[in-house]
Amino acid sequence: MSTQTIPPNGRASYNFPDGKGKFGIYGGKYVPETLISALDQLEKLYAQMKFDKEFQNELNALQKEYNGRPTPLTFAKRLTEYFGKAKIYLKREDLCHTGAHKLNNALGQILLAKKLGKTRIIAETGAGQHGVATATVCAKFGLKCVVYMGEVDIERQKLNVFRMRMLGAEVVPVKSGSKTLKDATNEAIRDWVTNVSDTHYIIGSVVGPHPYPMLVRDFQSVIGEEAKEQISGYEKKLPDYIVACVGGGSNAMGIFYPFINDEKVKLIGVEAGGYGLNSGKHCATLTLGEPGIFQGMKTYLLQDQYGQISEVHSISAGLDYPGVGPEHSLLKDIHRVEYFSVTDDEALDATLLLSKLEGILPALETAHAIAHLNILLPQTNKNEIVIVNISGRGDKDLNTIINKIGDKIL
Amino acid sequence: MTKISSHIEKINQSDRKALSIFLTAGFPTKENFVELALSVLENGADMLEIGIPFSDPLADGPTIQRSSQAALENGVNMKDVFSFCEQIKSKTDKPLILMGYANPIIKYGTKNFCEDAVGNGGAGLIVPDVPIDEYESFYTNDFKDFEKILLTTPASSDERIKEIDQKSEGFVYCVSVTGTTGARSNFDKNVLENLGRTYSLVTKNKMLIGFGISSPENIKTFAPFCDGVIVGSAVIKKINEDYKALPEFVRSLSYACNDK
Ligand SMILES: Cc1ncc(COP(=O)(O)O)c(C=O)c1O
Repeated sequence: MSTQTIPPNGRASYNFPDGKGKFGIYGGKYVPETLISALDQLEKLYAQMKFDKEFQNELNALQKEYNGRPTPLTFAKRLTEYFGKAKIYLKREDLCHTGAHKLNNALGQILLAKKLGKTRIIAETGAGQHGVATATVCAKFGLKCVVYMGEVDIERQKLNVFRMRMLGAEVVPVKSGSKTLKDATNEAIRDWVTNVSDTHYIIGSVVGPHPYPMLVRDFQSVIGEEAKEQISGYEKKLPDYIVACVGGGSNAMGIFYPFINDEKVKLIGVEAGGYGLNSGKHCATLTLGEPGIFQGMKTYLLQDQYGQISEVHSISAGLDYPGVGPEHSLLKDIHRVEYFSVTDDEALDATLLLSKLEGILPALETAHAIAHLNILLPQTNKNEIVIVNISGRGDKDLNTIINKIGDKIL
Repeated sequence: MTKISSHIEKINQSDRKALSIFLTAGFPTKENFVELALSVLENGADMLEIGIPFSDPLADGPTIQRSSQAALENGVNMKDVFSFCEQIKSKTDKPLILMGYANPIIKYGTKNFCEDAVGNGGAGLIVPDVPIDEYESFYTNDFKDFEKILLTTPASSDERIKEIDQKSEGFVYCVSVTGTTGARSNFDKNVLENLGRTYSLVTKNKMLIGFGISSPENIKTFAPFCDGVIVGSAVIKKINEDYKALPEFVRSLSYACNDK
């Protein structure tokens, strides 16, 4: 047996969250007392189901027959030629049923909700992708579905609002605060505090109180597990870089997590830089935020000098959030993941780039990850490999894209 | 006995339930807040809960959310809250309790927060987004001079209620219903059963009931199951709808707190 060398920062034993739901100092259960028993119940059930063959078989079957997994890992030939450096592969979560990675998590959670005997499901949504995923699983399993969505997002993601309503969900417009994802999340938590006895809250990202950040990460990890197997098959080695956009951080955690102990694989998260880091109007939480407590978790936050949560901005509704999953806060502090940001305009350009070179129209969220290739690729060389997580497709964003850069296209 | 619990005990001994009134700091205006608070005390409140405004108050219903937002728009910050406390405390012996979400407190710095809050007359502290599960990580030694008031809810198991009672100081804040703050008109039988259950499990502390209480009738209904009541949203609503009638409203609540 070889002796195990412990890499710097104690990462050999990466095993989070701990028994109290903490990722280092981050995470936890900072919620009103009313929710604790529901969280404890969920945690207990999940601890059993994680190793329950029947549950895992049922979930795997749904991922395969209903969601369309495994999703392909596509070699991006023309994008690779465009940069003339490392080989670029795309992990195609845009090909999941409903058009984004969000369904991976919604499927897992609806099975848990059924086991808990809950009859009513609530969710928050920004881009509408998580709302659509939740409405979809509720339709499939015959549960009542209520989705909270900020008024600003209802306007910019109209198509998804129609989709949710067609799927039988009630979409509740949220008028408080910045009328975006953070406010929709507040309202969903208030609903849950009120209706906790019959309601399960399907959180859409690796955020909120324990056990959600862990549970959503685990359900999304299928992305990274598949990618690992696929790239090992194609290239007989692991990638050098993995790039993903970070809103709450679920598609990023999903693709990063199975590689966390592969020290040589560099993990890169890309946040929304909005109008630019100096504009005060961005969502670069890990780049410019500070630790605080918000929506059930301790994590990096964008906040003012008094600890009030900032009004943030991103062109992409799914990244327009002043917090981030607590595990990302830990991964930043221990330098296992590096975080960057790109602006609205850079993301829009990247949307066109991927469309024209690869025939793939990415979601505006995803476009942030692609835009970062402009920074990353020049630093790479030809025998290196980059995987980009294509978290979702961009049909939902056509309104925004036409409004912003319609003249460039027409 | 602590400062707050002995105050409640004295009130109970004079055949009365304690009446605690919640006000959002700096609402409806910064200028008249101290005057408003003193008038509430003069008209029969036995203690005051002063809400520290927060941008995202997720345990609160629409009434207190809006008052919190209005206070922030009035420019109220932590220093203002302490200045209100100091001014109120110079005119009364009744306890002041601060209620605030975790983030503004840690941003101010817990050590500074506690020194400034206690230094300006704050006796108790309620943080609705810190349950006992986070007690150790949040309530460090910095908070030693505060009476940390913890909450129970209908969803709390018997065991948790006992643990909450053990850890709480000043009193136990019994949340009457599952839900956010907000005035309600009726409470069903389950609510009363649960209050009875909770009251019998809270043995170390005094117990005050809050959330949803909107009238003297509600107070009469709850009186057998508590040592006092907390009224928040109904008072904020009265301020919004009929400011001049507030003293009379508080008097009616206070009158209902007298046994008989
Ligand atoms: C396509 C897509 N990518 C990314 C995100 C951001 O979420 P997360 O960071 O949790 O992956 C969203 C959220 O709505 C999305 O729809």
